[in-house]
Amino acid sequence: MLTRRVIPCLDTRDGRVVKGVRFQGLRDAGDPVELAARYEAEGADELVILDVSATTEERAHALETVRAVRRALGIPLTVGGGVRGVADAVALLEAGADKVGVNTAAVRDPGLLTSLSSRFGAQCVVLSVDAAAQPEGGWRAVVRAGTEPTVRDAVAWAVEGERLGAGEILLTSVDRDGTQAGYDLALVDAVASRVRVPVIASGGARTGDDLVRAIRAGADAALAASIFHDGVATIASVKRTLAAAGIAIRP
Amino acid sequence: MTGRVTDRATGGGAGGGGGVPDLVVVETGSANLASVLAAFARLGATPLTTRDPADVRAARRVVLPGVGAFGDVVARLAETGLGDAVRERAASGAPLLAVCLGLQVLAESSEESPGARGLGVITGAVRRFPASVKVPQLGWNRVSVTSAQLLGDGYAFFANSYALDAAPDAAPDGWTAAWAVHGMPFVAAIERGPQLACQFHPELSGAWGAALLDRWYRSC
Repeated sequence: MLTRRVIPCLDTRDGRVVKGVRFQGLRDAGDPVELAARYEAEGADELVILDVSATTEERAHALETVRAVRRALGIPLTVGGGVRGVADAVALLEAGADKVGVNTAAVRDPGLLTSLSSRFGAQCVVLSVDAAAQPEGGWRAVVRAGTEPTVRDAVAWAVEGERLGAGEILLTSVDRDGTQAGYDLALVDAVASRVRVPVIASGGARTGDDLVRAIRAGADAALAASIFHDGVATIASVKRTLAAAGIAIRP
Repeated sequence: MTGRVTDRATGGGAGGGGGVPDLVVVETGSANLASVLAAFARLGATPLTTRDPADVRAARRVVLPGVGAFGDVVARLAETGLGDAVRERAASGAPLLAVCLGLQVLAESSEESPGARGLGVITGAVRRFPASVKVPQLGWNRVSVTSAQLLGDGYAFFANSYALDAAPDAAPDGWTAAWAVHGMPFVAAIERGPQLACQFHPELSGAWGAALLDRWYRSC
């Protein structure tokens, strides 16, 4: 049977791994190739790279980072951040990405999901949904690294994204990102119970138990960054916790 | 860096001795070749890419990758003559590795593209996974095999919505199969001498996948 996945995420900028809190206050967290190789050796099931470059000059380094990581990495690689159209996706795939994540560009032009899916297959297209909890309840999709709210309900957007061709939903709680306050389990449940494609929970992991909760809430995979970069937990320790909770993982 | 076979004339490539390429990866159009090229490079091989049916006939080893839709890929293989070259190679028993959609196009047809004809190298139908499971299947699934030369038990990375649904425990004629389950039992991989076709991505299946690629490469 299909196992649940543990996915470390490298936010990269200008050739380095960075990490902030709620997408702000980025600090250096290491070399992308070194971290990628270490995480694969520790049992990571996939790797996600999100390019968070602020300028065109920084972004120019993103493809080189993907090529360098690809040379070393023998597990699947998803790359997102700054994908504005099909040409950007092609460049990332040629550089070595196996899946491409889209967010802002898909909100502006939902047809992009269909274009990518018909050309590369749904399994190649990850819709990255950044969701912000609303005071009145529910979640709204936000774009531009969490800085810009949209009119879209995050759950409805994930459902529409699947219909348009996304093969996977990378679901990030903007409120929890980098906080180690635990995943937004209500958000995970709301999306996972309404789509048939796999859902990756993201934002807020602190312990292996947080990943157990995300998977029990319906996630097919759980993504984390800070806890792995900072040594709070290792991939191997998290996978042991999942296995002990009776969740099928790749040993 | 890797190059195309046709780069050799200008010194861009580095094929095997005597002008016969050691390992060529067929450019089927929309496939992402970077991961499979990187995986072979890590094993010390020098893969080249090609769109030339003559290379598919002549090379010592051929890899048929595949990403995209069944109908698009079989149409492109037919237009370019690459499909005939792959079919001949499969019939001759020469070393061949097919990956993901590369396996599916060896079959006769697929529910993904009704009416499109596959290469017909293997029997069996390609079907969509049932509604009871997440589709696409994205992730690591357990692969089981009773007895094989190249394949072994382990966990492999899959990224597919369709799979070869041979009757349970009945591999396509002349092939040995490895199996996995995702809502239905399906063919995870088949092998026949130096010919190996994997529904999973060995190039993305970590150390287990790298060891399988190494066994295939060294066996031929």
